[in-house]
Amino acid sequence: MTLLAIDDLQTHFFTRSGILKAVDGVSLSIEPGEVLAVVGESGCGKSVTAFSVLGLVPNPPGRIVGGSIRFEGRELVGLPARDMRALRGDRIGMIFQEPMTSLNPALTVGDQIGEVLVRHRGFTRRQALTRAEELLDLVRVPDPRRRVTEYPHRLSGGMRQRVMIAMAIACEPKLLIADEPTTALDVTVQAQVLDLLASIRARFGMAILLITHDLGVVAETADRVAVMYAGRKVEEAATARLFADPQHPYTRGLLGAIPEVADDDPAMGRDRPRLSEIPGMVPALDAMPPGCRFAPRCPEAMPVCRTAPPALRPAGGGVAACYARQDDRPSLEEVA
Amino acid sequence: MRGFASISALSRHFPRSHYVLARVAKSIPVFLAIAVCNFILLKLAPGDAADVLAGEAGSATPEYLAALKSQFGLDQPTWAQLAHYVGRLLRLDLGWSFRNNQGVLALILERLPATLLLMIGALGLAFILGAALGVLASRHVNGALDNLISVVALLFYATPLFLVGLGLIIVFAVHLGWLPTGGLTTVGASYTGLRFAVDVALHLAMPLVTLALFFLALYARLMRASMLEVFNQDYVTTARAKGLSEGRITVRHVLRNAMMPMVTMLGLQVGTLLGGSVVVETVFAWPGIGRLAFEAVMSRDLNLLLGILLICSVVVIMANILVDLAYAWLDPRIELAR
Repeated sequence: MTLLAIDDLQTHFFTRSGILKAVDGVSLSIEPGEVLAVVGESGCGKSVTAFSVLGLVPNPPGRIVGGSIRFEGRELVGLPARDMRALRGDRIGMIFQEPMTSLNPALTVGDQIGEVLVRHRGFTRRQALTRAEELLDLVRVPDPRRRVTEYPHRLSGGMRQRVMIAMAIACEPKLLIADEPTTALDVTVQAQVLDLLASIRARFGMAILLITHDLGVVAETADRVAVMYAGRKVEEAATARLFADPQHPYTRGLLGAIPEVADDDPAMGRDRPRLSEIPGMVPALDAMPPGCRFAPRCPEAMPVCRTAPPALRPAGGGVAACYARQDDRPSLEEVA
Repeated sequence: MRGFASISALSRHFPRSHYVLARVAKSIPVFLAIAVCNFILLKLAPGDAADVLAGEAGSATPEYLAALKSQFGLDQPTWAQLAHYVGRLLRLDLGWSFRNNQGVLALILERLPATLLLMIGALGLAFILGAALGVLASRHVNGALDNLISVVALLFYATPLFLVGLGLIIVFAVHLGWLPTGGLTTVGASYTGLRFAVDVALHLAMPLVTLALFFLALYARLMRASMLEVFNQDYVTTARAKGLSEGRITVRHVLRNAMMPMVTMLGLQVGTLLGGSVVVETVFAWPGIGRLAFEAVMSRDLNLLLGILLICSVVVIMANILVDLAYAWLDPRIELAR
């Protein structure tokens, strides 16, 4: 059975200046034990999608206005707050982008990890602290016995992210949502944290929903990739396939923007082609173009692209929402 | 050496005692500077105790005035008086109140407990009630309850203290007859033990509530703002992602972090409250320092006034040390320097 099935999710923000459709009809699915990466630029709605799963979108102003999120066959949209709280931290764990601010400065590391076990497993504080120590060891924090009694300000960013991971996996959840887990970390620490996530996944067999804008992270960890742009999914494929044969012009643009460092390059970059960039800007959420949302920036845009949004259709072994790439291209009349 | 050994023994039992001793030592120069400033400031004001006494006598001759002045040492040049004053302070001698014909220290110590009782009680009530109302308001932002709390709190903040005091007296003492109109104890009654405590508590109720109502608004508004700020912190989202209930998040994750500005305010207000109690002590005939200071000003009792100001500065300095200790207790990121 599919572990998590998001279908046509719409999460909108009701602000004074209008309705912002941060997530506008996104469908994703994750099988047990699978790692699905959701990539895209800042503001494409990938984090809001992740927050929607746990019902953590701040309301007001945000609200899920349509679609469904099924976890282990159970509908999460409209689930009573009490039932949702029972899932959070137990069946679904989450880690965040900013390890520096995601831990409470006034509580010890051990208490913050143990809290999950007290809440969901009925542990006493003493039992929870003992388990917290084991968890810290599991996420490779050195000297866990001492660390449980320490406050977060004593730990580096990388160590704090490990503490966050320990907290998220304390109840051995079936799904771990990782919202930009390595963005705030140094490159060397990033690799260690990704490595840790991979080993934890192997050990507990949990699925991971990985939200990131870093395609390097995706290549290293994900089984499948969904690319989001301006609140919609524009392409999805197995990781190797996506990197080898990107379909959507936006995905191609993203891949073209990754710098390559070749060790055997004697010119050390002097004669290499200039790094490409995607011209233009992401459209504002309250001023979406009527057709394909990428059309204003797309080098291959056709007249049809500006009239109606393209649907996701099979393309290159995955799916893509692009008139130019679809295996069964519709005629202009059909669209009109 | 023995003193040293006993200090290190002390710090074994009370880890903060080193810090406190160092802070006390450092505050001695501050204390002396305050004393000198007070002295100069009061000397700049026209008139002294001799002028007032001579004026009250009605038919004072210049000779009588001169005799009074030389008796009080007021005929000396200002710098000599200052040197004399500082010299006395270093011997912990606060001087003699010519007006009350009593030692200044004894006079102050007699009145201080009443003021401390009123001050700590009022601040404590305002702090606890303000924190509770602030938490309540922050959980119902812009709702009816939030607005009600803001309006009521600001109403008491904007009303002059003496008006609130007189209003309470009219309602609870005159009409209902539940509480005494003023004073510290029932005149003529010599209660002991529990009866005495109840008697003082009944007398304390109205002045305490009057002072507390004034400060309540500040604490309630500050706590509300502080709570709202902390609720936006990332670690609150983390707590939600753990599946904790909003109540538990409020108590365990938000409250303690939101307390910091409250403690800062508390420290600042200890000084304000000593001044604010003058009005309340006068309205309720509360025999405290505030009224003593007022009387000292009116009778140009310079020694007494200087003594009161000095004791107040000691209270404020001690409050600041306590606030810093509270910071370190509330926020583990703050470490106290040796």
